[in-house]
Amino acid sequence: MSAYEPAAAGKIQKQIVLPWSRAVEIAAKSIKIRFWRSMITMGGVVLAIAFLMSIWTGNTFVKALAFAKDPGTDVLLQRNGIDPDEVRADPGLSERDKWLVSLSLLVCVVGIVNAMLMSVAERFREIGTMKCLGALDSFIVKIFFLESTFTGTVGTLLGVAIGFLLTLARASISYKGAVFANFPFAGVAMAVLLSFAVGTTLSIFAAIWPARSAARMEPVDAMQVRE
Amino acid sequence: MAGPTDQTIVRVKGVQKIYQMGKVEVQALKGVDLEVNAGEYMSIMGPSGSGKSTLFNMIGGLDKPTEGKVYIEEVDIAQLDAYELAWLRCRKIGYIFQTFNLIPVMTALENVTLPMTFAGLTTDEARDKGAGLLDKVGLGERKFHKPFELSGGQQQRVAVARAMANDPTILLADEPTGNLDLATGREIIELLKELNKDNGVTIISATHDIKMLDVSDRVVRIRDGAIDRIDTRAELAIEIGTIDGSTE
Repeated sequence: MSAYEPAAAGKIQKQIVLPWSRAVEIAAKSIKIRFWRSMITMGGVVLAIAFLMSIWTGNTFVKALAFAKDPGTDVLLQRNGIDPDEVRADPGLSERDKWLVSLSLLVCVVGIVNAMLMSVAERFREIGTMKCLGALDSFIVKIFFLESTFTGTVGTLLGVAIGFLLTLARASISYKGAVFANFPFAGVAMAVLLSFAVGTTLSIFAAIWPARSAARMEPVDAMQVRE
Repeated sequence: MAGPTDQTIVRVKGVQKIYQMGKVEVQALKGVDLEVNAGEYMSIMGPSGSGKSTLFNMIGGLDKPTEGKVYIEEVDIAQLDAYELAWLRCRKIGYIFQTFNLIPVMTALENVTLPMTFAGLTTDEARDKGAGLLDKVGLGERKFHKPFELSGGQQQRVAVARAMANDPTILLADEPTGNLDLATGREIIELLKELNKDNGVTIISATHDIKMLDVSDRVVRIRDGAIDRIDTRAELAIEIGTIDGSTE
């Protein structure tokens, strides 16, 4: 049985619903139909996270090689312009690394927020229309939460994989088998977790925030926003 | 059920709206009073910029007046919380727009059933009811078409079916024929009139389409943010006669 009851004359009620199952259906359809648009949004996330991941993983590799304290590996490091003694003396991030990590984080924030903002901004009219049909603000947030969770998570996973594989490929050319002999499992796992957290959190917030502000507008204002 | 009753369904009292355009204040509505009876077909006419759309948006609870009150079935809509307002938009009022405003990623049927989902109908109930509504507007064969696969007139028919989804008491149409050619526009007007007659739904339409005059019970003319005059159909018949040289 449904909760639907004919509206009694003159009586204003409250109950409006959007079951999660329907919200998932709407979000999935929305991604599928705008497939290429969704792919481009996702592409923004993939690139940003791949960059972040490669900086972090590259760092981890160098540190692991330096702490192997093997003369052969030290020579390889020196050949690539890295002083193993310096790395060992100061195991934290060097100035150059700090700069690179901050830069890659910045790329992530700007890249992901931009991609998500755009994908929501072009749908303000749709949000206004849904409000006219009786949607609560929370329905809009629900739908965009689901969509951005999907695009964000898949994009982040792809970015992590691509960033990791490219860095590994580059390191195995520079340092040959030494990379695999001194593979820093803990460090890489940490980089994966951090990149994943950054990617998904940024994606979801960057989509929900504009969707929520659009939902809070008077419907007529949301519909008048030029795309 | 047909024809207007003497029961007031919408009451507009001293409504003013002031927009802030940069540093300039624009007074779009300068104190409008209006009563609409249940079952009535009312057209709001006026040149663009007259405040016609603004008044329309106020009646539909799509925008808030700066001053004054709007009552729907004697309830002051400014007093409603977000849930009640959503309920009102979902169950009591159906909206039709000049630009159709269908959800582009959904089929005709999904567009029509979306408000039913919000109202708590199960998927099966909504599908059956939606199919019935699409049959009624003459699009039974196009249930699974996306908006971009439909002509303007067909999209507007879907929008009409969607507006009727939860058997609203009021149908608000903002320039429903504005983006349509003459013949298609006439079809939409006839469809609205039919719903007005058969279902007894009150229709309030902002328009500057002269074809609307034929079917309206009353025509409200807005000029410079105020009501210029209100004509009943009897008065209009004479006037159309003098303009067109015929009473058709």
